[in-house]
Amino acid sequence: MEIQNTTVNKQKNKTMVKSPSLWKQTYRRLNKNKLAMISLFFLLFMFLLSFVGPHFSPYILDRTNIADMNQAPSAAHWLGTDNYGRDVLTRLMMAGQISLTIGIAAMFLSIIIGSLLGAIAGFYRGVVDMVIMRLADILMSIPGLPLLLIMGAILSEWKVPAEYRLYIIMIMLSFVGWPGLARLVRGQILSLKEQPFMLATEVLGLSDRRKILHHLIPNTVPLLLVVATLNVAGSILSESALSFLGLGVVPPTPSWGNMMDAANNFMDFRKRPWLWIPPGTAIFLTVVSINLLGDGLRDALDPKMRR
Amino acid sequence: MKQYVLQRFLQMIVILFGTSFIIFFLFAMLPGDYIDSNINLTPQRAQELKALYGLDKPVLERYFSWLGNALHGDFGYSLKHQEKVTSLLNKYVWNSFFVAIFALLLTWSIALVTGVFSAIKQYSWFDGFVTFFVFAAMSFPSFFISLLFIKWFGVDLQILPIGGMIDTGSDSTGLAYLFEVGKHMILPVIILTLLSIGSLTRYFRTGMLEVIRQDYIRTARAKGLKERVVIFKHALKNAMLPAITLLAFELPGLFSGAIIMEQIFNWPGVGRIQLESVSFRDYPVLMAFTMFLSCLTIIGNFLADVIYAAVDPRIRLK
Repeated sequence: MEIQNTTVNKQKNKTMVKSPSLWKQTYRRLNKNKLAMISLFFLLFMFLLSFVGPHFSPYILDRTNIADMNQAPSAAHWLGTDNYGRDVLTRLMMAGQISLTIGIAAMFLSIIIGSLLGAIAGFYRGVVDMVIMRLADILMSIPGLPLLLIMGAILSEWKVPAEYRLYIIMIMLSFVGWPGLARLVRGQILSLKEQPFMLATEVLGLSDRRKILHHLIPNTVPLLLVVATLNVAGSILSESALSFLGLGVVPPTPSWGNMMDAANNFMDFRKRPWLWIPPGTAIFLTVVSINLLGDGLRDALDPKMRR
Repeated sequence: MKQYVLQRFLQMIVILFGTSFIIFFLFAMLPGDYIDSNINLTPQRAQELKALYGLDKPVLERYFSWLGNALHGDFGYSLKHQEKVTSLLNKYVWNSFFVAIFALLLTWSIALVTGVFSAIKQYSWFDGFVTFFVFAAMSFPSFFISLLFIKWFGVDLQILPIGGMIDTGSDSTGLAYLFEVGKHMILPVIILTLLSIGSLTRYFRTGMLEVIRQDYIRTARAKGLKERVVIFKHALKNAMLPAITLLAFELPGLFSGAIIMEQIFNWPGVGRIQLESVSFRDYPVLMAFTMFLSCLTIIGNFLADVIYAAVDPRIRLK
């Protein structure tokens, strides 16, 4: 009997959660959305450029070269050089590595914290729910940028070495990002709990941990996928703003935000736009693509849009 | 209804306390302060000053004395400006407020019109253009678009000033003064509008799309009402309803969104003071401003919930 139960459960699990047709359908629908597909390919291109591109660059990242200072874009330096004689394109690609990694890592952290806490709050209700949700309310009522500014100032005060800063920035971004996710997941869990399949897990005598991790959270995946995509865009924007203000990723580690710091110098701003327009454009295009992809995913996964 | 309001009110008090607690402790985590960073002071003098400002006491004690004073409207002294924090913020907050209010009016009116029309004409070229524009507006980093606008309109075309609130060394008064400030305000207002218009337009569009698929709209059409009446009288009202909850976040959102814009445009507002305080370690100002924004959010949220419950009976009967 026991064995039968688990096989039944496994089959159910398979059809409910890992049903290949859902993802295939989704992909097919996404494929029809031209803008979303263009965005997807552009993002792939951006990843290749950032992670593979530097290996093809003839220039070394932090090698300064006084003879090549402040050169306008040319055949040798496609995007010119900065005031240390470093190749802007090479730095742009390396900065892409940092900015993309921070955006994605911060998203994963927020998703893990947010969906776990949200699921726990929605599943157990009562005091646990109240404590978690009030904490989320409190964090959500402090506007994001000022909160990040304070945390950035703390980092600078603690004199955190530049190479560790980016990890802490990821944690900071997820600290700001999880409450919204927790609220969303909690809402989903509340409605999922009322569905017949949860009664089945009750009858099967599954543990709470199993119910939450194997039955409830997997059912929120379609929604989480959309929110996660949009979350990456938000994280990249916040990171770039912080780094632009000198409170995020700090030099010598390049990030798209701190490369734009060049624009704070009026001479560089007026006379050498190749220093700050490329990183700004990179942020803009990446964020636009992520938003369009997220929107396409939302349409593709929305059962109401199915014909 | 009364019970609902009371319940939400108590909840608001709890959140206010929690928020002040978190903000205070974040600041308590900062090891340095204005006195530490001043190298002109002897260690002894620094100690005296710390005792004077109460910086040598344990954190919890400092929190309660800070909270007690804050409830009396006393947020301490700005160590850099040597001025009461409240009077300092009062001096600059209006500069930010005027930009914010113009941006708010522009955003809501443009978003409402474009959102509704692109929903009515879904999949038309206008809708496509609006959708494209919305995504672009949502994805622009605030500092990049500010810099681009300064470059285009201020440096290349030279039709608008590149920053500040008045011309350098200007002493104009009356109408001339207003005109001058207005000219300096154009770019900041446009930037703030661009930054917040995307999500709002989308919101109106989705809301409208949802409403015009409802049965009562079909009924209204079946009755033979004019399309104009159906859309603007029956649909629009219901589509606008959820936007009340957004209005609460608009003002604090605009203030915090303006931080970077004010820095770049050298606009003498609270956002610039905020960033300046970060670099000068002027923590009383930072704390007060963050608390001010949080309070605006929390109170706005409370008001939005109450108004929403008042106009939509489904909420309070739940």
